[in-house]
This record gives sequence, C-alpha cells and structure tokens, in this order.
Amino acid sequence: MGLKNNLHNLKEKYKGTKMAPAFNAIHTFLYLPNETTHNGTHIKAADDLKRTMNTVIMAMVPCLIFGMFNAGYQHNVAFGTGSVISGGLFSAEFWSLENLLIGAWKILPILVVSYGVGLLIEFIFAVIKKHEVEEGYLVTGMLVPLIVPVDIPLWMLAVAVAFGVVIGKEVFGGTGMNILNPALTIRAFLFFAYPTWMSGDKVWVEGAVKQDQLIAAGEKLDAISGETILGSLAQNKEAGYDVMDMFFGFIPGSVGETSTLLVLLGGLFLIFSKIGSWRIMLSSVLGALVMGLIFNGVVSSGWITESSKFYGLMSTEFWHHLLIGGFAFGTVFMATDPVTASQTNKGKWIYGFLIGFISILIRVFNPAYPEGVMLAILLMNVFAPTIDHYVVQGNVKQRMKRLKAKTA
Amino acid sequence: MGLLSKKDAQLITDPLADNNPITIQVLGICSALAITAELKASLVMAISVLFVLGLGNVVISLMRNIIPSKIRIIVQLIVVAALVIIVDLVLKAFAYELSKTLSVFVGLIITNCIIMGRFEAFALGNGPWKSFLDGIGNAVGYGVILIIVGFFRELFGSGTLFGIPVLGDPIAKTGLYAIGYENNGFMIMPPMALIVVGIIIWIQRTKNKALIED
Repeated sequence: MGLKNNLHNLKEKYKGTKMAPAFNAIHTFLYLPNETTHNGTHIKAADDLKRTMNTVIMAMVPCLIFGMFNAGYQHNVAFGTGSVISGGLFSAEFWSLENLLIGAWKILPILVVSYGVGLLIEFIFAVIKKHEVEEGYLVTGMLVPLIVPVDIPLWMLAVAVAFGVVIGKEVFGGTGMNILNPALTIRAFLFFAYPTWMSGDKVWVEGAVKQDQLIAAGEKLDAISGETILGSLAQNKEAGYDVMDMFFGFIPGSVGETSTLLVLLGGLFLIFSKIGSWRIMLSSVLGALVMGLIFNGVVSSGWITESSKFYGLMSTEFWHHLLIGGFAFGTVFMATDPVTASQTNKGKWIYGFLIGFISILIRVFNPAYPEGVMLAILLMNVFAPTIDHYVVQGNVKQRMKRLKAKTA
Repeated sequence: MGLLSKKDAQLITDPLADNNPITIQVLGICSALAITAELKASLVMAISVLFVLGLGNVVISLMRNIIPSKIRIIVQLIVVAALVIIVDLVLKAFAYELSKTLSVFVGLIITNCIIMGRFEAFALGNGPWKSFLDGIGNAVGYGVILIIVGFFRELFGSGTLFGIPVLGDPIAKTGLYAIGYENNGFMIMPPMALIVVGIIIWIQRTKNKALIED
C-alpha cells in the first residue's frame, strides 16, 4: 500500500500542473485509482479500453514465447549446433531451454525498446496536450516485436517507433483518431527506410548478419542462409518445408508470425472474448483463398509457364498462402484493429475480403515486397472510412425508399 | 491581397514566414517533393525560380497596361517559357550533370503555381519595383523551404551535404557508420518529402497560433 499511497499523494500534489497526466498514468496503470466508486447503483462494464487492450496482449503472448523458441531453433539449425525437428509439434529439439535463452536474449531487448520509446512519446504528448495518457500504445508496443526480424538493430527500431507513434498516430490526435495502424506504420517505415534489414535471407536468423560480416573480414567461411518461404518461392525455388512445419511455425520469419497454429488460437480467443471481429478474419481468409484459386487456375490452364518469374508463387497451392508469411498474423491481429478497420458489419466483410485478396495479389506480383499483407492492410485502412460511408448511405437510401412506399 | 497597401519591405518578409508559398499557401508542392532529395538540386531549383519569378514579375508588370485581359494567360506563359528556356540552357551549358538530375523539373517551372499565381495576383496590378520585390520575396520563401527539406533529406537519406560525405563513408564503415548507423532509404523517396514539409508546417503553426484554421 505504501507505493500506491505515495503515488496517490504525488498525483494530488501535481494536480493541475503540467506533469499531472504523467503521474496519473503511472498511478492508474499500476493500481485501481482511489477515486473509483466501490458501491452504489452504477452499471459496471468490465471491458473498458484497458481491459480490451489486455485481452489482445494475452492473445499474443503465446506467439511471443513461441517466437523466442523459434529464434533460438532457427539459429541452432542454421549454425549446425542443433538438429532439425523430428517428432512433430512437441519435439525436444525445439522446446529446449537453450533455444529459449538465445531467443529471449534477442527478443526481450526489442520488446523493451518498443515499449520504452513508444510510451515515452505517449507521455510527452500527454503532458504537452494536457490530457490523460492513452492506453493505445499497449497493444502496438506488443505487436511491434512480433512483426520485425529477430536481427533488427535496436536503434532502427527506436527511430521507427518514434516515427510511427508521432506521424502515424499523434498528429491525427492520438489513440482512436489514427487512420493507419500504428504498428504497421512502424513496420512500413522500417521496410522502406532500411530494406536490407527487413528482407533477404540473413535477418531472419539470429547471428547470420554478423556471420556475413565475419566472412567479409575473412575470419569465417560458411555463410548462413535463412531464406523465408516467400523469399524462396519468389525466386522459383522449392520452399523446403512441409505443410506441418508451416502450420506449427518451425520456419524462418518475423519473430511472432510464423506459427499459424498459435495465431489461430489467439484469433479464436479474440473472437470468443468478442474483442476481434470474426467477420473481418473470415472474409480476409476468403479473399486470400479466392485470389489463390485464381492464380492456381491460371497456372493449371497453362497461361504461365515454369520459366515465368511468377511461377513459384502462382503455383503454390492456394491454401498454403494462409500458412506462409505474415498473412495469418496480419489478419487476426492487425486487420481487426477496431480503430482503423471498417465499423459497419457489411463494411467489415468488404474490408476483410479486399485485404485477403490484395495481400496475395501483391505477394505474387511484386516479389520485391514479399510482405503483401502489410501493404494490403495499410491500403484498406485508408479506404475503410469510404467503405463505411457507402454502406451507411446505402442503408439510408433503402430506408428512405421504405418510408416513401409507406407514406405513398 | 492585403500586400498592396503594405510597405515594400513586407513584400519580401511576408512570403518568408507568415505567407509562405509552400507552407501556408501550399503551392509548388510538386517540385518540392520531386527534387529535394539532394541539397544541391534544391539550391539550384531555388535560384532558378528566383531568377524566373523576379524577372518575370518585372516584365509582366511593365506590360500590364498593354496586355489584353482575354489573352493574358498566354502572354504570361510566353514570358515564363522564355525565362525557363534561358535557365535550362544555362544549366545545360555550365552544370550538365545537375541539369540531368533536375531533368524535366526545370521545364516544369513553367507550371509552378507560385509563378503564375504571382503574375496574376500581383504583377498585373502593381508597378515594376513592387513586383520585383514581391517576386524575390516569394521565390526566397519557396527556396528556403526547399533548402530545409533538401538538407534533412540528403543528410539522413544519403549521409552527405552538397554531395560531400559528412557522416562518414558507408562502404568503408567510417565515422557514424562504424557504430552501425545506416542511411534511411525512405528519406530519398518523395513521400518522405511530403512528411518533412508537413512537419515544417506543424512547427510553424505551433509557433504562430494565428495561422491555425478551424
């Protein structure tokens, strides 16, 4: 109780001054505020903004922990110090303490930088704007470490987070006012600013970049390659992983997006806790399948030959697209962001479908941007208000017609 | 324009800050986005526009009483086109590499809204001396923003200023690059110029609240 009362006293002391929002935020983040009503005839809804955010974070924790194991596993396999999975999901080669430690050593600093920089900016803006610190960054801060390569330099991440929070969110007026998903803005910034650190066959494996530098200096001999499946397919090479590996997530990729299984569980958790929209998730999957089927049809009708540079990705079985790359993660955790998605039910179907559809389109036709999901969601974020506008106008028109029929 | 009744000095100082053609009137954005990836190109563009706008304003102002108003746009275009061709040829003769960098954007000075805007709004109704000052003021206001944007884009995008490395050598890994710094590729792309201009507008309006529109 000591700390709580101290914080409360500090808050009282700074009430009405410039720093008040900062102290208020720390106090309410750690404890229930003293001012809360404890009894009386109030309707209490448990799902306030903070609870909503916490639910999403809980849904992502398994992905984060899996990402730590996977980072260590990919490192050990690539460097020849560990063996490839042999016994399915619960292989001892994967779930070893050593893997976890290697992964945690790299991923925890990313998490700390993501939250540290993001929250610092939120605090600064709250003090300048004289309003309370918003909870909006809690989810973004968790999303960011999951969608970057494990070897990303921390200072780049810090620059990108600062850019994403200021330009992606604060200039529009803070949480709830942003047009683009802040986490994806951060990733898009990294992707365009430092493309060598966001794509290629090195950054996905911890230590591979360093190995490359040592080779350049003439100290080591074996280059490490950890190409993602999308990267291999874009070069018309074999993926080299079977479907179960893709589904469980024993593949190279951004930290938290490899395991379709865990993303699926997280998605179900969000749907049953009524936080995430099942309409968006389902329609996005449908969109991706439709686009995948179209490409498969093009290949089987013989319009595209094996010499085409699109052959590798086009001939990928349509449902494999759901398992590789960041599609599943983006659909479940990014597309469903309630602020940037469509608000109307009909709008959500259109919005989700187009995300899935465009994701696969970009993925196949522009191998320079292997992560079509990111660009597709950002694009649809921009269009979400337009979709809503026409859905609402359509409804208005329909009701006007009904009214006229009634009065006539 | 309220500029008419004000003193001569204000013709130059107003467009520098509170009536800046780029950040307040939001004109000439196209070239500001396209050629500001390098500081040198920004500077040359600024000087070119200074020449065209200063001289063009004087020429139009001298002819203002004999131009039939029905064909004034065509006359204005001919004046700008003549001046732009002079600039283009001078650049090709004395700075060929730079003229290749600027490419079509030298020719596109003709379509720069600031120039036609000043002809229409000022030179057609004022004497040559006032028009000259107005032209210089607006061109400098335009150039200052171009140079600020060019400075940040070249510094963070390529690590150089006027083509001279200031942050070290990215290939030999000296200076800042030795500790892992890397150039920001996004800075060289036009979208980032839009964001930098946006940040300048943001800072300017934070400092002068009178500029904020509802």
